[in-house]
Amino acid sequence: MNDMNMKVNIAGVSFKNPITTASGTFGSGMEYSDYVDLNRLGAVTTKGVSLVPWPGNPTPRVAETYGGMLNAIGLQNPGVDVFIKRDLPFLKSFDTRIIVNVVGKTEEEYCEVTERLSACDVDMLEINISCPNVKEGGIAFGQDPRRVEAITSQVKKYAKKPIIIKLSPNVTDIAETAKAAEAGGADAISLINTLTGMKIDIERRTFLLANKVGGLSGPAIKPIAVRMIYQAANAVTIPIIGMGGVMDGEDALELIMAGATMVAVGTANFINPRATEEVIDGIEAYMLRNNISDINDLIGCVSGG
Amino acid sequence: MSIAIKKSIRVLKNLMLEEGVYDLWLEADDMVADARPGQFVSLYCNDGGRLLPRPISICEIDRDKSSIRLVYRVLGKGTEEFSRLKTGDLIDCIGPLGRGFTLEGSKALLIGGGIGIPPLLELAKQLSCEKDIVLGYRDLTFLENDFKKYGNVYISTEDGSIGTKGNVIDAIKANNLTADIIYACGPTPMLKGVKEYAEVNHIKAQLSLEERMACGIGACLACVCQSTEVDHHTNVHNKRICKEGPVFYADEIVL
Repeated sequence: MNDMNMKVNIAGVSFKNPITTASGTFGSGMEYSDYVDLNRLGAVTTKGVSLVPWPGNPTPRVAETYGGMLNAIGLQNPGVDVFIKRDLPFLKSFDTRIIVNVVGKTEEEYCEVTERLSACDVDMLEINISCPNVKEGGIAFGQDPRRVEAITSQVKKYAKKPIIIKLSPNVTDIAETAKAAEAGGADAISLINTLTGMKIDIERRTFLLANKVGGLSGPAIKPIAVRMIYQAANAVTIPIIGMGGVMDGEDALELIMAGATMVAVGTANFINPRATEEVIDGIEAYMLRNNISDINDLIGCVSGG
Repeated sequence: MSIAIKKSIRVLKNLMLEEGVYDLWLEADDMVADARPGQFVSLYCNDGGRLLPRPISICEIDRDKSSIRLVYRVLGKGTEEFSRLKTGDLIDCIGPLGRGFTLEGSKALLIGGGIGIPPLLELAKQLSCEKDIVLGYRDLTFLENDFKKYGNVYISTEDGSIGTKGNVIDAIKANNLTADIIYACGPTPMLKGVKEYAEVNHIKAQLSLEERMACGIGACLACVCQSTEVDHHTNVHNKRICKEGPVFYADEIVL
């Protein structure tokens, strides 16, 4: 196992392995530290952080759908001050990279949070322009390629750390938004955020989620993630962090072969708190089984076909 | 307290108590040592398409037989699957989870409504003080005989077929029940009524809340309730029912 290389590199930042967490599914890492050895993860990607504390949406905030789940949490978070004071020092005590997810209602808010976090000891910032559950900001920035490019270049001015633009799958052509993020100066892109969905409670004849609409995640969306990562990888040269329905090592390998340099584990954390470590184990077992010495040899390896 | 991890555990017994209400005993080895009344366990479906665990409150803890009892109502396809479990079957489970009841007071009033009744049984067993137990049902009753060992049981039914006609508050008033501590679990409208009753009569109250959950371990922020003060973890007026709850003091939350 010692001669197996799991290290990957994104925008000059090296990661001990390609596995991170999908924003919003892992708290700030603290919530999982009893279950997972955070030192084993390539990176922890935090829940979205905003300028001021956000209370999120009314409940019910989640609904199960077959093979997936809908959520409309609404980016509840304690705000950047508490994040920097409490959550960041906790994460710093582990030997893992830190990617902080950034949210805002306006372009200015994204820039301000980016500026604040740039002054901290974090490794990368993931700019969330694709949350489907907030009225302002979020997905509103992520569906129009011109706005994607504009906000990327704006945030980039304040970012002293490499930035990842998190893309929405709720678009006609993912290649267009991927290219727009690259044109705006993104150092990397991540995809896919959740797909918008809805569930109706037929007994009560009303929406199951208080927010009516939620974001669909889980294994049901993995084929869409694989397809979109493949399309984005063929459209841009910047690295991709892939996510969408990864439950085990084999799922993660699909996303890597489609073109992702790193893979985030999301909904699986809710089902099995130890999912991240098991995904890493699964990838290592595959590499051993197939005599692959470097994970980098697998990134986008289907692209040429 | 050790960390609850996901594991496969064996079904000892799974019987129907009443139409749609089931009585499940699970072999729980290390789980029983930590379990407290008011806590819950997350049960997973064998059908992998139903991803999320179902949070079910602990009804009884049997330390001698290393087993726990869950009494649940079939409400959807997940609990319907549980209802088909047979002795010897394995089921994935994480628990015990959450903050349970705090045992206190010298004269307790336990108030349960519908499928909120089961978690009060272990509480009734462990509380050594004087107890009045009020159980509210729509029509069909269950578990009432199990409670009789631990205190005076008063029943309310919506149709008046058994006990006081009306709700749990009607039964409390009809029987002039008083207490220095209230423990309650049931549907939100009932808890609202209990909270108001406790405030008016200056009685300390512990309420067990319910909400749709995803992770059950405090990470996803799905199952929040409104809190009176800014919560130390969320830094907003929200508390996580799965972590800071499901049991809260009435004055901690807004219903």
